[in-house]
Amino acid sequence: MVARFMTLKEAVASCIKDGDTIAMEGFTHLIPHAAGHEVIRQGIKDLTLIRMTPDVIYDQLIGAGCAKKLVFSWGGNPGVGSLHRLREAVQEHWPHKLEIEEHSHAAMANAYDAGAAGLPCAVFKGYRGAELPRVNKNIKFIECPFTGESLAAVPSIRPDATVVHAQKANKKGDVLFEGIVGVQKEAVLAAKKSIITVEEIVDDFGDISPNAVMLPNWAVTAIVEVPGGAHPSYAQGYYKRDNAFYKAWDPIARDREAFTAWIEEHVMNGGPEDFAAKCRANKA
Amino acid sequence: MVDYTPTEMMTVSAARALKNDDVCFVGIGMPSAACNLARLTHAPELTLIYESGTIGTKPDVLPLSIGDGELCETAMNTVAVPEMFRYWLQGGKISVGFLGAAQLDKFGNINTTVIGDYDDPKVRLPGGGGAPEIATSCGEVFLVMKQSKRGFVQKIDFVTSLGHGTGGDDRASYGVDTKGPSRLITDLCIMEPHPVGKQFIVTSIHPGVTREDIIENTGWDVEFADEVAQTPIPNENELKVLRELHARTAKAHEGQQ
Repeated sequence: MVARFMTLKEAVASCIKDGDTIAMEGFTHLIPHAAGHEVIRQGIKDLTLIRMTPDVIYDQLIGAGCAKKLVFSWGGNPGVGSLHRLREAVQEHWPHKLEIEEHSHAAMANAYDAGAAGLPCAVFKGYRGAELPRVNKNIKFIECPFTGESLAAVPSIRPDATVVHAQKANKKGDVLFEGIVGVQKEAVLAAKKSIITVEEIVDDFGDISPNAVMLPNWAVTAIVEVPGGAHPSYAQGYYKRDNAFYKAWDPIARDREAFTAWIEEHVMNGGPEDFAAKCRANKA
Repeated sequence: MVDYTPTEMMTVSAARALKNDDVCFVGIGMPSAACNLARLTHAPELTLIYESGTIGTKPDVLPLSIGDGELCETAMNTVAVPEMFRYWLQGGKISVGFLGAAQLDKFGNINTTVIGDYDDPKVRLPGGGGAPEIATSCGEVFLVMKQSKRGFVQKIDFVTSLGHGTGGDDRASYGVDTKGPSRLITDLCIMEPHPVGKQFIVTSIHPGVTREDIIENTGWDVEFADEVAQTPIPNENELKVLRELHARTAKAHEGQQ
């Protein structure tokens, strides 16, 4: 089935439902914030949220009560401090209890790769002498059948839906990623459905390398044009990371009332059309 | 007499540990400042790699996060994150991993996961990120961390990343054949592992610091090498380059809305 162009509201409503396992990826770069807000607005619940670096986007989803479980490898606001909504969910069970499954980056990167490759698990040289295998039953060790070497194994990641942001789609619905491409391609290919928000839809991509990181339209479910949709993260070639916002998030997230008021004002009473304006001051 | 802070002393000492031909996997925070200082002073060809996939990056300002655009724009090449961890790190292509920690023991085992019990933590820290495999797959590991009794403890609450385990040849018992932590640079001194026992021993003390200062700020029984050196003070160029780097970084990060 070929990708369909949709509104963000339609894309989220048709690809994500209560109880799903969702990956929203983007390694500092191209984080699909506008789509995260739409999930909160639609009041979707009991999600298992997967993300290597659950920064502000998952702090918002967790604080808004969308998540029952988090699968992650580094949970912080980079260069700023803790994720206070995540921390409060883990330590105080607010707004409710949050189950966590914790890995290393290498494990998750391998698990996405294995998911994209149609494998049930990922095998790698990892977790040696580390304590996470004691507290995470999804980390096991297996023996190489050829050399006898002990190797770590984790289940592959195969989300119900993956949500990512990219720079461009063309009119056919093929998608182009540039810059720090993280695990976006693997996360989309590992998932049953996918939503890609893009900065713009163009007639054609012009002069790009034949080795550019792309997804063909038949490997994607929904495409939504949301200029600025990665704010406060960045989209290389469009706008820079809004580091000031990441710093400003800290006091907002520390306080339940401030957080709730922020969600009400910027998410419940906002929409994807608000994002372009947020990036104007930070043009790349 | 050049004037400098203990943190500057630490960063400069950490930078000096890197060689021009090193390929270094850079942890965020203190390691990032040290690695870029090395590149901007004595090691211009030093290859810096960040886990966001940037290879051979030469940022003009320090990244706030490890995937800032600056890293990609100034890199020789940017690869996907699975390739970074599989081919480059796990494949054994990286000579030095440079890490920080929240808690450290005398064998260089690192905790960045929790303070207290894992299931009911006193403080939930960010977690391991790339560190568990950086610690075992890089040729050797340099650690940089401000010294305090809270951070330098007898027993860490959680082993996020393996150092020398329980000492001796314990590290190798996990099937790990890399050197592990070979240098610990703090704001007071430099420590290196004992050749047999692998516990950290003080090999160089920063000027103006006493043995008592080090003992008072360490949670384990500090051992000193038979011959302890005095760390050379930062030179004018190192300080100038470091301060300019921090000034550019502050300006770049505050210049945004």
